[in-house]
Amino acid sequence: HLATSLPLPSERDHLRPRIDLIVFMIDIKSKYSLKNVEASLAHVDASFFLGKVCFLVTGVGRVNACSIETNAVCKLGETYCSPVLFCELELEGIRAVTAQRLLRMLQICAGHIRGVSALSFVSLMRNFDDD
Amino acid sequence: ENVDLQKTAFLLRKAWTLYSVTPLYRFHRGRLRDYARLLSAFIAAEKQKGLAVEVGVELDIKVAVSSLADLRGSEQDQAAVLVELSLRSRASSRNSEDKLVWSGWFCSVYGDDLSENMPEDFTCLPLFLTHGAESYTSMVGSWFQKTFDCCFRRLAISPLNLSWMVAMWAGCQLDRAASAVELVFSVPCLSQPLDISYAIHPEDAKALWDTVQKTPGEITQEEVDVFMDCLYAHFHRHFKIYLSAAKLVKVSTAVASAHCDGIVKILHSQHLLGVLMLLTELAISQIQ
Repeated sequence: HLATSLPLPSERDHLRPRIDLIVFMIDIKSKYSLKNVEASLAHVDASFFLGKVCFLVTGVGRVNACSIETNAVCKLGETYCSPVLFCELELEGIRAVTAQRLLRMLQICAGHIRGVSALSFVSLMRNFDDD
Repeated sequence: ENVDLQKTAFLLRKAWTLYSVTPLYRFHRGRLRDYARLLSAFIAAEKQKGLAVEVGVELDIKVAVSSLADLRGSEQDQAAVLVELSLRSRASSRNSEDKLVWSGWFCSVYGDDLSENMPEDFTCLPLFLTHGAESYTSMVGSWFQKTFDCCFRRLAISPLNLSWMVAMWAGCQLDRAASAVELVFSVPCLSQPLDISYAIHPEDAKALWDTVQKTPGEITQEEVDVFMDCLYAHFHRHFKIYLSAAKLVKVSTAVASAHCDGIVKILHSQHLLGVLMLLTELAISQIQ
């Protein structure tokens, strides 16, 4: 399911299946996309931040077109305890690999992989400097 | 800023194309006249090969290489080096002046990040600015690359860096009446390209920056973001367009203007070193 922002329209709530993973897409060329994601995060229930949210930064191939500081995005990931993936959608190879990674994450979040749950992502996020 | 205004007048109000240059190997400041002769011979040879497209009268290119002692940031910086190509028509009389057709200069303003741990044989002048035909630029560039084993790369300026520039320069104190602060955006993903030009009264822009900047002389990314967000919000309020989704391609202030393709015009000598310092930093980050 694709949405340009959150919250999702409430009229379709009863038809909607369970949400296992939310991927927030941020285009490094558009400051607006970052602001949009920040505003949408406020509408996400806290329980999702236990491994069911991830940030996908696109357009990283074009360093000269960047309008967002990568530090800002990494900080966002840290604040919300969620992984940040970087990719370049214009390159077919990277597009395919990224899709596979997201699919794998989704399988884990939906409980399809035995022995691993979404909570594993949270423990992987912990900084090794933390004591 | 103790820059000799006379000597640097040539820099102002010209559109300079930016390049980053890796350190020059075994460049000797005492041999500038020799370098001028060698470069002149190289250009003559290239023309013989027919690579430079100068149709018509046989023209002599005169090369001058000079050192600009004052054009640097700190004592650690190397002084700038200026290369000038002039046309001397054989048909003209001895008294006629040579016509300047191309100029390029290497400089480093507070480029300590690069020059700090550089071995003795290397001269760090990371920023290269050119004005004139591309054919001459490539000939001069080739000669320097062959002679000093360095590498030139076009320096593009990202929207992030352009917004840093407009925030810094809009906040500069100027004695004379300043021209408007202008931002040009290119709107992506349309069938026909669309450019949006946003002009702001210079006093309003400076007043906005003054309320945002906390410590004079220091600028943080947060302050630049707040400044730009205010401008975007104002525009959205009036036109319902999110400029933050468009690509910032050019900024223009009374101090200087800059285009994302790496073209800069310095309009005011008062803040020359400040502008060059920022450009030096960009050049160094492209090299490293």
